[in-house]
Order: sequence, then C-alpha cells, then structure tokens
Amino acid sequence: MTTKTLTVVRDLLATNKQAAAAIRKELRGRGILGVNLLSSPGSGKTTLLEALADRFRGRLRMAVIEGDIETERDAERIRAKGVPAWQITTGGACHLEARMIGRVLGDVPAAIDLLFIENVGNLVCPASYDLGESLRFVLLSSPEGDDKPAKYPQAFLSADALILTKADLMPYLPFDPARAAAEALSIKPGLKVFTVSALRGDGLDGLAGFLVESLDRLRAGRA
Amino acid sequence: MHELSLVTSLFEVLEEEARKHGAMRVLSVRLRVGVMSGVVPDLLESAFDMYKKGTIAESSRLEIVVVPVKLRCPDCAGETVREDADFSCVACGSRRVEIVEGRELVVERIELET
Repeated sequence: MTTKTLTVVRDLLATNKQAAAAIRKELRGRGILGVNLLSSPGSGKTTLLEALADRFRGRLRMAVIEGDIETERDAERIRAKGVPAWQITTGGACHLEARMIGRVLGDVPAAIDLLFIENVGNLVCPASYDLGESLRFVLLSSPEGDDKPAKYPQAFLSADALILTKADLMPYLPFDPARAAAEALSIKPGLKVFTVSALRGDGLDGLAGFLVESLDRLRAGRA
Repeated sequence: MHELSLVTSLFEVLEEEARKHGAMRVLSVRLRVGVMSGVVPDLLESAFDMYKKGTIAESSRLEIVVVPVKLRCPDCAGETVREDADFSCVACGSRRVEIVEGRELVVERIELET
C-alpha cells in the first residue's frame, strides 16, 4: 500500500466550458447571435423580451430559451408574442448550464437571427456558467436599488451590457441610474449601459440598435 | 448555491484520476478557489462531505486554498492583489486591468492510496 501525490490542474468547470465552446461555434456557424440574460427574479427579463419581440416583428427572427426552477409561464408569454420558445425547468438548480442549452439547440430552427437565453433569476450563480453566448446582458431594475453592482461583482464583471430596467418607476424611487452605471463601470470598464422601460418603450431603440450591430458584426466575422 | 453541482464535477475528476493511477482510495484533495469564482468555501466543504459517503473518497480530507484577486496592469505592468471589488491598479490607478487570478476553481493536488 503506497501513497501517491498527484499535482494536477483540473478545472471543475471544464465540462461546462467545452460544452459552451461547442455551442458558440455552432451558433456562429449558423449566423445566430446568442444573448444570455442575467438578473435577479422580477427585474424584467421576460417583459424586456416581450417588448423586443414586438419591436423586431417582421424585421428579425427571435427565439428564446427560458430557464426557470419551475413552470412554463415565461415560455408561454414569449410564445404568445409569436416567438418560438423552449422552457428549461431546472427543478431547483440555481442556474443554467451549457449542457442544458445544448440539448435544446437542435430544436431551434435554422432561420433565426437572435437567440435569447433567459437565465434563472439569480445574480450570483449564473455568472459562473458560460452558455456559449456571444453577448451577456445583466439587468438591474430600479426597485432593486442602485447599490447592487458592487454587491454582486461577478455578474457585472462578466457582462457585456448593463440594462437598467423599469425606467418608468425611477422618478418615484431613490434610484440613480448614473450612480448604478458608474459603479458597474468601475467594475467593468467599457460596459455598455442602456436605460429602458419595456412597458413604455423608452430606450428600446438604442438597445435594439446595439443588438442589430452585434448581429452584423458576428456575421461579418463569419464571412 | 451550485456547490453540489461543482462537487459532482470534482468527483468525476477524482474517479478518473484514481482509475488512471490504479488507486483504491483518495486520501486528500486540494482545491484552489478564487474569491471571484462565485463559490462559498464552507458550502463547498459541506457538499463534499455529503457527497463523499460511499465513494472512493469517503475518508478523504478536502483542503481549500482561497485565491485573492490578482490584477495585471497593461499600462504600468504592475501587479495588484485586491481584497475588495475595486478593480483598479494600485500603482497607477488604471482601470484597464486584466484579472489574472481569483476566478479559478481548480483541483491542484490529489493524494491517492495505491
């Protein structure tokens, strides 16, 4: 009986990273822009997607993968907008993993421009899991408070854009969008910031424009 | 709170390494856990203890090395180790820093009984 000590470097997220790399390659190959949406529960991810579905109708083809612990509710809301949607219920898990996306990907029609992945509402765990997306959005709604970026740095650090939602409520709340943006930018310089009200439509032009530009860039890179 | 799913990956690694080296038991495991990895060391330990029962690592010890955030500054080439979430270079104040350590979640040493 002998003891052997192994010095290794084994990444615990390696399996997820490999699955994510395969998804990224497939999406790019198909010319689809993948967007992963992260936020707390109730900050308006589904409402934003409904508003974007209205905005892109007849111009760009959207599809949505919904992640929730339970229920088909979010997927039903998206389908009601005429957008194909798949619900992943994690049954308790706090985040989506690349493998789960991989299983749905085969069902996503070829003729899609934008594939949104709405992660499980949680500002912590989803930040650690690459889903093979091209862009990661983090949403922060005005009722949550403008002090959240420094409290949940991983989510903001890993994001490409910050969407400050529920702008229609900002006049009634002690929420300063400039302060939220400054704090997020101190964590992630270069982060794109959009302030929107999905219900009223404020700021959606800028966000839609950013998505279109990103899609064009992805497709130009493919050629 | 996804520590249990990470522990599942950890046991896949342990079983694979044990098989590769013809080991009967895992005696100890050392992990490097970055403070920005999104993992709580205490929860990881609890999950490990829960999961190890009935496995080749049943009597093993888990050692966790917590890795602080280390930044490299492309402007002044300085390196900064930070305890807080202020990602700027201590030497020159630049915010164009690159995080070189502090996000990892890796197995770095395994002690096996063969």
